[in-house]
Amino acid sequence: MLDNLDLEVVRASLPFLWTGLLFSLKLTLVAMTGGIVFGTLLALARLSPFAVLRNSAAAYVNILRSIPLLMVILWFFLVIPLISGKPVGAENSALITFTLFEAAFYGEIMRAGIQSVPRGQVDAARALGLGYAQSMRDVVLPQAFRNMLPVLLTQTIILFQDTSLVYAIGATDLLKAAEISGKNYNRPVEMYLLVALIYFAICFTLSRLVRRLQARVAIPR
Amino acid sequence: MNYHWNWGIFAQQVQAGEETYFDWLLSGLGWTVACSLSAWVIALALGTAIGVLRTTRSRTLSGAGAAWVELFRNIPLLVQMFLWFFVVPELLPRELSLWIKQDMPAKEFVTATLCLGLFTSARIAEQVRAGIQSLPRGQRDAALALGLSSAQAYRHVLLPRALRVIMAPLTSEFMNTFKNSSVAYAIGLLELTFRARQMQEDSEQGIETYIAVTLLYFLCAFIANRVMALIEARTRIPGSIG
Repeated sequence: MLDNLDLEVVRASLPFLWTGLLFSLKLTLVAMTGGIVFGTLLALARLSPFAVLRNSAAAYVNILRSIPLLMVILWFFLVIPLISGKPVGAENSALITFTLFEAAFYGEIMRAGIQSVPRGQVDAARALGLGYAQSMRDVVLPQAFRNMLPVLLTQTIILFQDTSLVYAIGATDLLKAAEISGKNYNRPVEMYLLVALIYFAICFTLSRLVRRLQARVAIPR
Repeated sequence: MNYHWNWGIFAQQVQAGEETYFDWLLSGLGWTVACSLSAWVIALALGTAIGVLRTTRSRTLSGAGAAWVELFRNIPLLVQMFLWFFVVPELLPRELSLWIKQDMPAKEFVTATLCLGLFTSARIAEQVRAGIQSLPRGQRDAALALGLSSAQAYRHVLLPRALRVIMAPLTSEFMNTFKNSSVAYAIGLLELTFRARQMQEDSEQGIETYIAVTLLYFLCAFIANRVMALIEARTRIPGSIG
């Protein structure tokens, strides 16, 4: 029963959990930044007039979205060393995998964002003499990004939760750190409860902030 | 890239035993399907109930519904698996706890299915709530004015319409359930992902293994998608848009 929880163990394990949490956050931030950049390129490819670009981007997105993330993680962990010819380690493998995987999801959000910008904005930009790249960079993408900011952030919260799956390849994230501490002190119950609490506190707070942001960022029309 | 391909590997026997690798993957697929489908039934029933609670006028009921959704949505599925498997038995009375740990049949399956079902129920609840709220106010008012009780209004008017509205998100949630079931490998359910890792280590033919397993997951997602499309077409109200 819960009345004999050992809080001393919890206190002793905090520094180690902190290093795990730092890796989870690093993975989230890297995959978010890389995923949004690569995802935006994917979105532009999916909306381009060239069939080859359109179809390959669509294939990339649809394939990654229909297999479990866990399988994607295992795939990259197996394949990256085969291609590069040297072991890259669980942490680096996780960083690469999450960036490429999340790009498929951020890309779909950015595509919806680009399509949400009124057609007249593009026409006006082109009429002003801006080229494709300029009108995208200076007119369409900033608006698309602003429209989609709450959705992008919600996806990031999901991404943060998903980083716990690097457990499968042995990278030391928050969950793995908790598991190791639980084994070392032989108190797994405390550790799993603690780690659930940490994830909940972070995700709940962030989702509340996103909800407040939602009302603020809407472009007045 | 220096890799020795061997597509015949699936017909070969595993290192220690009579079975072939094909048998492993087949039984893995069986557990994946069993776990996903049972979890889906739990999720649909609970999710609909919670979604309805969130649209009632009672603050207590809708608050309880909201708490449920926030709880299951803000903790990673893998952590929830560990909570159900390692922590929950410790919170139960001593005899029950011992029985679960030692004698409960198909312990991994029951735990994983319950966990995945509750996790998915929170997401379905949000969709059901959105579906009900998307209906014109007049629908509820008209149902009540006709003399239906609140429960009857939900049963005969609001839910049948709301569920049709949310068929698209429900379809992707159904496909997600199959993908999410892969996390159950972590508590030892012998489903597809578990078998994939096992076969990779045992056979050292990782690429063939993962290609086969990935195709099996594709197949699950595809069939799930088609089944939902069929239901959507069968239940469509004649004359409605979409």
